[in-house]
Formats: sequence, C-alpha cells, structure tokens
Amino acid sequence: MTMTDTPTPLNRLGRLMVDQPLLPLIGLLILLVAILAVLNPGVLSMFWAGNTIKIAIPLAMLAACQTLTMLTGGIDLSVGTAATIAAYLTATLAPMTGVPPAIAIALASAVVIGLVNGFGVAICRVHPLIMTLGTALIATGCLLVYQRYVIATGVLIPDFLIWLGTGRSFGLPNSLVLFIPFAALVIWAQRRSGFGRLLYAIGANEAAARLSGVRVWQVHLTLYTLSSLIAGVTGLLYLGQIKTASLSLALPLDLPSVAAAVIGGTSIFGGRGGFGGTIVGALILTVLTSMLTLMQIPEGGRRILFGLIILAVTALFIRLTERS
Amino acid sequence: MTAAPSDAVLDATGVAKRFGAVQALKNASLQVGAGQVVALMGANGAGKSTFVKILTGVLKPDAGHVKIKGRESTVANPAGARKWGLVPVYQEPSLIPDLSVADNLRLGDTAMEPFRHWVSELGLPGLDPEAMIRSLPLASLRIVDLARALAIEPDVLLLDELTAALPTDLVDRVLKVVRAQADAGRSVIYISHRFTEIAAICDRATVLRDGLTVGDLPIEPGIEERIVEMMLGGAVAAAVAEERPVKPVPADMPRLRVRGLKTGTRLTDVSFDLHKGEVLGVVALEGQGQDELFDVLAGNRKASAGTVEVDGTARSFHHPADAIAAGLTLVPGDRAHALFMSRSVRENIAAPLLARARNWGAIRMGDEAAKVSAAIETLQIDTRAQGEVRRLSGGNQQKVTIARWIAKGVQTLLLFDPTRGIDIRTKRQIYALVRDLADQGAAVLFYTSELAEIRLACDRAVVIFNGRVVDVIDAKDADEATLMRAAYGLTEKAPA
Repeated sequence: MTMTDTPTPLNRLGRLMVDQPLLPLIGLLILLVAILAVLNPGVLSMFWAGNTIKIAIPLAMLAACQTLTMLTGGIDLSVGTAATIAAYLTATLAPMTGVPPAIAIALASAVVIGLVNGFGVAICRVHPLIMTLGTALIATGCLLVYQRYVIATGVLIPDFLIWLGTGRSFGLPNSLVLFIPFAALVIWAQRRSGFGRLLYAIGANEAAARLSGVRVWQVHLTLYTLSSLIAGVTGLLYLGQIKTASLSLALPLDLPSVAAAVIGGTSIFGGRGGFGGTIVGALILTVLTSMLTLMQIPEGGRRILFGLIILAVTALFIRLTERS
Repeated sequence: MTAAPSDAVLDATGVAKRFGAVQALKNASLQVGAGQVVALMGANGAGKSTFVKILTGVLKPDAGHVKIKGRESTVANPAGARKWGLVPVYQEPSLIPDLSVADNLRLGDTAMEPFRHWVSELGLPGLDPEAMIRSLPLASLRIVDLARALAIEPDVLLLDELTAALPTDLVDRVLKVVRAQADAGRSVIYISHRFTEIAAICDRATVLRDGLTVGDLPIEPGIEERIVEMMLGGAVAAAVAEERPVKPVPADMPRLRVRGLKTGTRLTDVSFDLHKGEVLGVVALEGQGQDELFDVLAGNRKASAGTVEVDGTARSFHHPADAIAAGLTLVPGDRAHALFMSRSVRENIAAPLLARARNWGAIRMGDEAAKVSAAIETLQIDTRAQGEVRRLSGGNQQKVTIARWIAKGVQTLLLFDPTRGIDIRTKRQIYALVRDLADQGAAVLFYTSELAEIRLACDRAVVIFNGRVVDVIDAKDADEATLMRAAYGLTEKAPA
C-alpha cells in the first residue's frame, strides 16, 4: 500500500518511473529505433545494431564516471581529458617502451588526475564542477607540453586494442568483452557493496552520512580516483576504436557523457539513479545521433534538434518522477 | 487581571492568532506604562514568540488591539513598528554580516553620534565603526544591536533574550542602561529566562500560558515561585508517571565521565557521570549549551576544554566516526539531519554498518537483512512505505533514526529531544525502548524539552543552566515544578 491519492495516468506513469525507471527509457529507445526504421527503410540490420552498440560503449563507460560522481551530487568533467591522455600516452610511448609499460604509465597518469580531483573535492572542499574542470585544463596543458618536448618515435596502437575496439565476433562488437563484465560490476557494486551504498547516502544527505560515521573525504577521494581510472581504460578502448592518437580524442564525449547519465535518470543533485539507466541513456543518444545524421539535416539543424530532444526528455523525466 | 494603566504607552488587549489547526494565542494582553520595565514570561509553546511578532508587526493578529501611546497601532511591518516608537532587539542580531558597523547604521538610518555614546556607555568604547560585522564576536554584535536601538530613542524597547551568552561584566552594564532608560521615562519589554535579571530591573511580570495572559504581577522578593507556578498551570499534578523501582546510582566505573566540558560561548563547564544501565535526563531551557554538549559527545564538534572518558579511558573525538568507535551514537534533534530521505528504510538503518572503509566491499545481504529486520521489529516501524523514508510518518522516521543504532549495537545512546513533534503512542514506545536498552546494559543520555518525560524515562536528570550543571535531581523528585525552577537557575545546589 502506498500513500498515493487519486492516481492520474500521469501520476501512475511517474510512480512507475520511480520504481522501474528502466521501462520508460527502454520504451523511448524502441520508439526512436522505430522512427529510424520508418524514416530509412532497410537501415536496421545486425550490422547496424552492432555498430550502434560499439559506438555507445565508450560513451556509456564515461557516463559511468558521471553516474557514480553524480550519485554523490558531484560531477567529473575531466573524464574526456583523462581518456585522451591515457590513449595518447599509450600510442606514443608504446614504440619506445613496449606496450605493457606504456599502458601502465597511461593508466597511472589517469589515476593522478583522479587523485588531484579527489584531493580538491574531498580535502579542500572545492566544488566538483570547478575542480574537475580545472584539472582537465591543467592536464590538457601538460599533454601539450609532453607532445612538444617528448620526441615520439612514431605511433603504435597495440593490436589487442584494435581487436577490442573494432573487431567483431558472431556479429557482435568485441568491446562487449570488456563492457559486459564492467557493467555487471558497476551495477552490482552500486547496490550490493558498501562503497556503492555510501555514494547514494552521501548524495541524499552528506551531513547524515557523516553522523552515521562515514568519513566522507575517503569516499570522495576513492570515487574520483576510480572515475579517472575508468576514464583511462575507456581511453584505451577508444584508441583501438578510432585508431589515431589525437590530442582531443575523447574530449567531445565529456558533455554527452553527462547527458547520457541525466537522460538515464540519475539526478544531478545526488542520491538517485544508477548505471542501468545510464547504459540505456547512452544508447538513446547514439541512436539519436545516427538518426539525425541519416536524416541529412545540415550540421547546425542537427545540433539544435539534438539539444532540444535532450532537454525535452530530461524535463519530462524529472517532471514525472518529481510529481509522485 | 489588573486594569490597564490609563497612561499605558503600549496597551495590547485580547490578542489572538491561529495557525491552521493550532491556536497559538487565545487572549494575550500586555500593558507597559511610561518608565516601566515589564518582563514577558512563558514556558516553551506558551505563545511568547507569536505575541512578540504581533507586537512588532511581523504578524497580523486575528483579533485584539495593540495601542501605542493611546492610538490604535497600524503597524504592518517591523519598519512600521519603529515609526510608532517600538524598537525590538532580538537574540540573533539583525545586522548584515558583510557590511561594516557604520554601513549597517546607514542602512537603518541611524545617527552615528548617539550610537557611539551608547556603545561606550554599554562597555565597548573601543569599537571601530569600520569593522566588518562578520569579524566581531557575538557579544559585541549584541551590544551594537542594542546601541543602535537606543540611538533611535524609542518609546518602547523590546529586548528578547538579550543577555544570553553575554559575559557578566557586559550584562551588568546592559542591565544598568536598560534600567536607566525606564528611569528616564521610557518603556521596556524584557524577555529573559534569568530571574536574577528580572528581579534586578523589572517592575512587573506578565505571564503567558497556552496563549493566554494568566498573570500580571509586581516584582517583589519571592515572586519567582509564583511565576513558575503560573507558567506551569494547575494541570501539572495530572501528569501520570509509571511507578518504576528507583535505582541507586551505580558505584562502578561510569561508562561516560564528562568533566569541565566547554565549547563556544554557550557550553561553559559541564560535568557529569553516566553509568551502564542508566538513563540520565538532561533538562535545560533553549540555548543553555545542551546542543553543543551533544555535538561534542557525538564527535560533531570539538571541545575547547574539558575531558570525556569512556569506560575510564580519556577520549578526544575529531569526527563522528571516532565517537561511534567509542560506542557513543547520536540521534540528533532534527530528523532531517539524520536521514537519507530519498533512500529506503533498509539503507537508512544499515548505513553505519558500511561506514568504515573496511566494510566498503560486498555487503553480506542476509546478515544485513537480519540485523535490519530485528531493529525494525524492536521499534515496531510501520514498513508499508519503506521504499523511501520521506514517505513515512514523522514518528516512524524518528524510529528509523534510533533503529540505525539498534542494528549497529547500542552502548551509549545520545538522544536529543527524540519525542519532539511525534504522537503519544510513539512517544510511549520510545520511553519503553529506552528503559529496555538500559536494562540490557546500555547507557542513555536523554535531553528532552518536555519536562514530564524525565519521570517517564529517566533515572536521574542533570539540569543545565547557562552552560553549567546547576542541579542533579532523582527521577522520583523530578516533578515539573522542581525541574522548571532548576532550569531557571533558581536552585543553587552544588552538583555532585
């Protein structure tokens, strides 16, 4: 028995979205695919599905960083930078040091970004938006310095990353080998691990978490470090997918990763949401992008539509869930 | 009721005010003549603050008249009150923190010269008018606020708990100045918990109870007892206390030994012992240092002096986690500070189990479920809306904040006014629970703003006044009148 009074259809939909937030999102995804099929008959295929998933995976992984930080009421705007640095260092160091040391250095650099973020947010109490934006700018600057002064002997993209990023097995992208265990771990951890629970608790009421004995700074430090590590791994995957080392490789994914988490139902104010919705959110964004591309709308119009749809979906979602 | 003096400067009669279902004021009246200081008194919930808000134009009365200098007051807001010659000075100084003293005066259209005169008269001749309000200590702000009011030369000065947290030398100065105001023919309404001050400067006391003015007495020696009786009313004796066997104070080493605890301006010097199996009540009027005491014991605030010993070992808490590790767990006064409103009952109760980094890994779900349901069972929490704590009733929310520590295992429970704003059935369950916990060996510190609860739930009570323990009273002697007298600092028994 709940305390709902006079359930209107909208109200009921709202409650459904609170209790089962995935259902309406999956409905929206199916609707978008159907529109795409009507607009471009014959476009749907196994190949198209595999390709969409392949493109959505790096986005979903960066959106995992946003989901986890947003659960505490934070955000991580340095994920694109951390991913780019990890990818660039791997590709340029591998010819000199060999692949394993290059990847180790790359991921260590990502972790350093996370530690700085965590230090700023947890110890100095800087707002995560400012802190992560600041470290992103500093880290991008460091990458430019590196690019200028370390004479790269060439670019080497490790084969297994190319296999992971672009290969297919049984029609499905190989990146699922990385993504499925990753997603399972995050979804499990957010509900079934002490750390995951505390993310929700801190987002719901940080003072209450403190009174419950949680040393909030430890959670923040761990969280932002973890977020950058995930971003670093995503950078490696993205390197294998794009197959070029660029100084702005994953930067364009920063804001879409936030959008995917928000569309997926994670509240930017903390305490609500989860990675399941974020995965669907990333798929929605990817399908939306390919739909707008196929519709052959000029770039300007495409961006305007993209922004409008994100706003509409998010506003609708918040309106419905807040109502109940 | 004494007849209103015909020359009353302020004459309020038959004032009533209702908020929704609550009749905050039924029939309040107050007369203040020229050259008089009148104390306005009343226990918590008597309607004192509503009455003050009506006098100063913050609220509009539903019925009744307020006349100032014989004319019907049309005061619609605090600025209007000032035009009519009534100037209030509240417990929280009404000054803008990011402006200097001089800028604050300019904002209020107050002249500098009389202000300077009053500031030095009140004991702060060295005050720099360019100092930022933010940088001044609270005591100085009170003086600034009062000097500003005096500089306006009001006909009626309304002083609300002005001397709380003022050092003694400043209190003496303030009292002299206030009395001199009256002697010069002005009128003062003086609100205070301190009988010594009232005896020193007031001519009369008007007593409110349950929204009614129940008395208007001249101040004379021994009047304190009459005023306390009036504030409580005749209904006190009706409060039924369950008969409980009286426990002697245990002789063993106390679970919690507090000595000379001090922090901030309010908590000055508190000492007491709390034993295993004991429920120790804490009685205090608003703002006597009890909030700070609980915060320090829970590790939420640092003590500036004094010691806390747990089971004979001196402890110093830098974080609530330290206090919890020492077995001291807090149920704060405001549920909103303790709960994760958007999360489930289970997650709320289990939070302390996961707090430490070594518990960040996989949750043993079966183990957790067992602990949580046992706690829910103990507290009889209604779990029909357990998906989100915000959907629970206030009483059930309060139970969740306690259940959290039951699930964790209670050693020393710090309850800050745990029954405020909840229904009588839940209150009784909480008293019974507290007794059970004590019988099982827990130590409980129980602050309550409802004096009758001391007899219902506690073994002894310490009374805190002005940041110090002024009395220790056994539950059997803790009738409301005794507690109220002690809470107003009227007994001078030295604590054990």
